[in-house]
Amino acid sequence: MKLFTFKGGVKPDPNKTQSTQLPIAQAPLVNRYIVPLHQNIGGTPRPIVQVGDRVLKGQRLGDADGWVSAAVHAPTSGTVVEIGPHITPHPSGLPTDCVVIEADGRDAWIERQPFDIDNATPEDVRDYLRDMGIVGMGGAVFPSHVKLSVPSGKHIEELIINGAECEPFISCDDRLMREQALEIIQGSLLFGRLVNAGKILIGVEDNKPEAIAALNAAQQQHNAPVAIVTVPTIYPTGGAKELIRVLTGKEVPGSKRSTDFGVQVFNVATVQSAWRAITYGEPLISRIVTISGAVAEARNWSVPIGMPIGKLVNLAQPRTDSDGVIMGGPMMGFRISTDNAPVIKSTNSLIVHAPGLFPPKPAELPCIRCGSCAEACPQELQPFELYWWSRASKFDKLENYKLFDCIECGCCDYVCPSHIPLVNYFRFAKSEIQAEQREKQTADAARERHEFRQERADREKREKAERLAKANAARQAAGATLNASGAATAVANPDDAPDISSHPDQASTPIAVDNHPVLDAAAKQAAIAAAAERARLKREHHAVKNGDTSP
Amino acid sequence: MDGILYAIAIMALGGLVLGALLGYASTRFRVEGDPLVDQIDSILPQTQCGQCGFPGCRPYAEAIAKDEADINQCPPGGDENIHKLAELLGKEYKPLSAEHGVEKPKQVAVIDEKICIGCTLCIQACPVDAIVGAAKQMHTIAEDLCTGCELCIPPCPVECISMITVADTPSTWKWHKPGQQRIIPIVPVGSEMGSEAA
Repeated sequence: MKLFTFKGGVKPDPNKTQSTQLPIAQAPLVNRYIVPLHQNIGGTPRPIVQVGDRVLKGQRLGDADGWVSAAVHAPTSGTVVEIGPHITPHPSGLPTDCVVIEADGRDAWIERQPFDIDNATPEDVRDYLRDMGIVGMGGAVFPSHVKLSVPSGKHIEELIINGAECEPFISCDDRLMREQALEIIQGSLLFGRLVNAGKILIGVEDNKPEAIAALNAAQQQHNAPVAIVTVPTIYPTGGAKELIRVLTGKEVPGSKRSTDFGVQVFNVATVQSAWRAITYGEPLISRIVTISGAVAEARNWSVPIGMPIGKLVNLAQPRTDSDGVIMGGPMMGFRISTDNAPVIKSTNSLIVHAPGLFPPKPAELPCIRCGSCAEACPQELQPFELYWWSRASKFDKLENYKLFDCIECGCCDYVCPSHIPLVNYFRFAKSEIQAEQREKQTADAARERHEFRQERADREKREKAERLAKANAARQAAGATLNASGAATAVANPDDAPDISSHPDQASTPIAVDNHPVLDAAAKQAAIAAAAERARLKREHHAVKNGDTSP
Repeated sequence: MDGILYAIAIMALGGLVLGALLGYASTRFRVEGDPLVDQIDSILPQTQCGQCGFPGCRPYAEAIAKDEADINQCPPGGDENIHKLAELLGKEYKPLSAEHGVEKPKQVAVIDEKICIGCTLCIQACPVDAIVGAAKQMHTIAEDLCTGCELCIPPCPVECISMITVADTPSTWKWHKPGQQRIIPIVPVGSEMGSEAA
């Protein structure tokens, strides 16, 4: 098969053999699991359990909120002891709402049933995968059911299953392909069927010969219409856009989706977990995590989602001089701020950091405009231009240089002779631009509501004036009739002037908006004053009560 | 002699044709309303708080466009907005005027629902329809819609409204700008880029 190349890329030391020697091990049960509700791109799932509830392994804890969202499930059986904010692995180190489960040690499954895919519509399958919490496990955690719905008029010519795993140190997909090749092949066939793919390609970098051999064996065993393609090892071939380029030669710009070009990409672990969900009724409650770096025993673990990272890392016996944990790889990962943060659906790797493992980055020097970053950029951007404008906070200029096409792979950082943390500048600029867009949206909505409110106030005023004018006219007419006929009573139409009936003495005086009896606020103010007094007493009462209870 | 007459005639004809063209263009491509006011209004934060001394963001934008108000009277917009307005209008940047208030982190109003008596006064005061409730029913504030203008606080007869600062969440959190300490300063101190980087 003809392969293509992308421009740029780097070749860092893979450092994968440390963790590929041992098979995947099952992480032991711990007594507490912290399951964040928001583990996907899109809406935050709504909790459907309460504190004190007993839950079984695989029971749903949170329902997907909207179309772009995915459910979360209990990783083991036990009791919900808390629903509240906990720190989760995120560069911000900020807390987010989690369901905390105290394990009962039985690890008892909820009743599992295979999904009858042969008698289900594509919509049913997508809803099922959403409720099983299937998201992209390469790191982006984008809900898979959304990617499986092909826009009308589009045909998926190539379905790409991503087993490239280009980032150094990480080997979770490698070990998974070696040990569960059959499930990956079957999962690929399943997804191929769901998107009606023309052909299915599994791309694996050539530094994983064992994984390629295992996939080939499984493919031949079933004679599956799947092509296992060996791709050269260049970082970041595992990036979706780069792998599409290598396998198909198609270039997807940032403003378009890959489906516009008839391509869709899923990670090997995603198709495997989706296949398990359909075949065994198992929701996504565990994943493979590589533990490597400054540890005595680097290997891959099958870890329940929600297990505290500190406990997991201890299984690998970290070196005594270790000083922190990096989630992800050395190119794109970030430091985790607490050991109590849980493993989440995107935790593909934990690298135990120690002085000497990664040399400290030398001080940032001025940009010398050498252009190395532009040569290394796999997205064919000009990182130096992006850097200058980001550094000067001229965000509108960054649009022209396609900042949002940057995949933050870190190649530019890697080659920069001045050690400029370029990607950090781009992340800073991206988050500033996104915050500005959010602010703009809320401001526009506020303007709209304010204008609508003013319009409403004007309309009410106008209507009131019209009503009063009508009432005045009626009153004058009534007065005229009274004077003319001298008859006893002539009541104005109550619909036209409902207010006069209670003030018959004012019947002949024209009423302006300002001295309208009902609008006269004296009575209302008296009522409010009384209410205010009551509320004051109530508040004092509260204060006294609180004062008694507090120590 | 003829040459001069020809030249005058050609120039006059040219002037006539171009004049007609300009006259046509001025009616054909007429811009409704004042685009400058819209541009200024789109920069303003739309809190409608009136701290600038005008009854809302739009009136302030109109005043700025007519050069009747300064660009540094909007505390919620803060320094960033003054820079943007200065750039849009080609004016000199000025720090926020102290008499109009100080820049605060984003806040929203919260009603203590135990104390609320349902008087609807805050609903009438809210410029952006962010308060839900009816007479003698408990009121509540839609946090997402609240602009933090504080206009609902003075009318409340029972003082049950307070302002709370909106905390960052992982989805609203922003990356910090990487450190700016350098061995050789690239930009001379005091220039535009230098002052922004500081």
